[in-house]
Amino acid sequence: MDSSQFFGISSIAYILAMVTYIAYLVFRNSTVGLVATTITTVGFVAQTLAFFMRGKEFYDLAQLGSILRAIPLTNLYESLVFFVWCIILGYLLIEWKYKNRSFGAFITPIAGMVLAFIDISGMDKNIHPLIPALQSNWLLAHVTMSFLAYAAFAISFATAVMFLAVSSEDEKSWPYITWTVTLGVFIAVLVAMGIDFLVFKVGAHSTESLVKSHLFKASFRNGAMPVALFSYLALAGFIFAVWKYGKVLKRIIESFEISQDMLDELVYKSIAVGFPVFTLGGLIFGAIWADQAWGKYWSWDPKETWSLITWFVYAFFLHARFLKGWRGNKIAAVSVLGFVSTIFTYLGVNLLLSGLHSYGGG
Amino acid sequence: MESIEKEKKSVDKVWSFFSSIKLAVVVFTLISLTSIVGTIVEQDAEPEKNIKLLTKFFGSSAPDAFRVLDALGFTNMFHSWWFVTFLFVFAANLIICSLDRLPGILKLVKTPIRPLAASGFSSMQIKRETVIKGKADKVVPLLESAIKSAGYTPAISNEAEGTQLCAEKGRYSRLGVYVTHFSILLIFAGAIIGIFGGFNASLNLLEGTESSVAFGRNGKEIPLGFSIACEDFDVLYYENSDTPKSFRSKLLIFENGKPVKIDGKEVTDIEVNTPLKYKGITFYQSSYGFSPNKDSEFRLGLMSRDGKREDVRIKFGGTFVIPGTNVVGKVLDFSPAIGVDPSGKLYTYAEQMHNPAVLIEFSENGKPKYTQWLLKRFPNTWAVADGVVEFKDLWGAQYTGLQVRKDPGVWVVYLGCLIMAVGLYAAFFMSHSKIWVLVREEKNNTRVFVAATANKNRVSLEGKIDRLMKTVGDKQ
Repeated sequence: MDSSQFFGISSIAYILAMVTYIAYLVFRNSTVGLVATTITTVGFVAQTLAFFMRGKEFYDLAQLGSILRAIPLTNLYESLVFFVWCIILGYLLIEWKYKNRSFGAFITPIAGMVLAFIDISGMDKNIHPLIPALQSNWLLAHVTMSFLAYAAFAISFATAVMFLAVSSEDEKSWPYITWTVTLGVFIAVLVAMGIDFLVFKVGAHSTESLVKSHLFKASFRNGAMPVALFSYLALAGFIFAVWKYGKVLKRIIESFEISQDMLDELVYKSIAVGFPVFTLGGLIFGAIWADQAWGKYWSWDPKETWSLITWFVYAFFLHARFLKGWRGNKIAAVSVLGFVSTIFTYLGVNLLLSGLHSYGGG
Repeated sequence: MESIEKEKKSVDKVWSFFSSIKLAVVVFTLISLTSIVGTIVEQDAEPEKNIKLLTKFFGSSAPDAFRVLDALGFTNMFHSWWFVTFLFVFAANLIICSLDRLPGILKLVKTPIRPLAASGFSSMQIKRETVIKGKADKVVPLLESAIKSAGYTPAISNEAEGTQLCAEKGRYSRLGVYVTHFSILLIFAGAIIGIFGGFNASLNLLEGTESSVAFGRNGKEIPLGFSIACEDFDVLYYENSDTPKSFRSKLLIFENGKPVKIDGKEVTDIEVNTPLKYKGITFYQSSYGFSPNKDSEFRLGLMSRDGKREDVRIKFGGTFVIPGTNVVGKVLDFSPAIGVDPSGKLYTYAEQMHNPAVLIEFSENGKPKYTQWLLKRFPNTWAVADGVVEFKDLWGAQYTGLQVRKDPGVWVVYLGCLIMAVGLYAAFFMSHSKIWVLVREEKNNTRVFVAATANKNRVSLEGKIDRLMKTVGDKQ
């Protein structure tokens, strides 16, 4: 068996787990809950194995001489898969620590959707040998830690949106508007990107320039005026619908018996883990590597600059919480802002801006 | 007197301005927002690039928009006076904020835990109460060993209300935040040392040439104090693909015309992630290029059919003889990257030496016999009718692009990074926890009050206290 079969097993497991977690919420049967956890764990183990096997395949192909360099984290496909792995890891930790399975119904669909998206889009899954700039022992520490931090920030974001949903009642209050609009834009952008991938099969070409020239070209940036206009109207309509019917979602989340205190704590704790990991792995190790490869530990490259902006947002989060005692809605909003910046650091920079860090787009 | 008062007041004002969290928020925001602009507007680029970009936003008035951005410094904004000012205000804010809070924290850190008044027990975050059979003198050692096994060293004192045991852990972790702040300042200091005491330059060296200077911004010559030569530059490719595996330069250092040995060798190989360091100056492999000239020479390895070998170096248009024969080879044509189009025609697909090929005409006694393309990366093209002609290299046609840097502040920056890691660890993963246990004798029993507090991770401390209570309960 090779790594792709194990990846297949984990994809199926996450989608099965998604169904089981939802069944668990409906029937409230602890056996069903245990089955859901078991399936997720099996998927996680399979993916971990797949990750190491791909590493081995990669090592054999590239003959780099250092096991530290043989990590399969060098293009968009591999990084998305690793992102899913980090999120599931984070989720399993939360389930184990808080003895609460309710989040499973939220997290596993994300994992399942990302994996399905990879398959449908026909993204390039081939192993490519490392270009010279990436041949460094710092690759492992820098990239894996950055991704762990991104996943922690994603969990903080998800819990922050849930917090805002649970805490707000009035449709015209800012927390309500914040979470519904954020969720609406988020889903709409994902859908638009999905359409791009399906229409253009850009993933199959695996070059950054293609992604650059195709992003939102099937919708918002379409050459035909009516299509673009319709896309914007659809976006507005969709956001309106989420805003209008947000309360339905709120009831669902409330029925999971997740307390506001627990959400507030998770919003903070994920950042308390993500922030130091991001600082050390993303910024510091990145700087040391840049110093070795390019001769500059800091060159205001767009990726570096956006990492710094993200770092500022989360530093603000921590100071607001500890010095000003911010809790609840306000702090959740900062977490949402932080994740928007994180997404831009991870994807936006690679897709939209040019710079030294152009490896992730392919 | 009055003027001193006034002066004091204005000093206070400046102090409170710099120590305010509002200023921190404003500076964070200013740095972030301007940085966003700085990542969209391409920095230090040709004006045309940015004007093209601006056309998307401003249409035909893009050149005017560019002039405004350029005048404001946005085209090289990370080095503009106002951005640097933001960074300095940020540093000042950080220093004064920390100094403002440091005395209080230092006092807290210097004072060890003290017994708690009986009334204090009820107001703590974590509190437990239990009754244990037996006298206090039996219970106290029990409690002491339980606290020790939880990882704390308790101090025992006799208070008015009864015997008290108190213990704490991680008092110094409260300094983590300040250590982190200090590390940021250290990194700033390192950067400043680097800017004033070092330089950033580049140098393109053609194979077989040397230089004693590098070129800084705007082409300014920077003397190195020695000279550096490139003996050879080579790109290695992964098999059957144009994905480069490695860019490699062979470099030599000369002082007073004599080669210098580094690690016992005169020639040092550098690659992208392995630079060469000499006398505080570091040379990084950063780019390369193809620039053929009249001095470039083809390096060929010849072998006749009966095994006679000879290596030759010839220039464009030059000739060689296959050893032991009368067959003469002459270089007719060269392609840095030869490819075959679908109709079978040869063409050059890149301007770099991706797939170098040389066309050689062979003749015997003045009569042309045949011509053949020899490809450097494909040994199966080297066999010719009268022997083997190995195409080793076209030497002296490629230059290596080196990034040249001197940065005496880099160690300060690294030290700052190390301290930051320590500070972050203390700030996020350590907590200051305190435990108080009050023992009060009641007839034949002993009543035990437990109180505990932690500035972080209270849940884990609560678990510890519960385990502690259980141990004591089981042992009685």
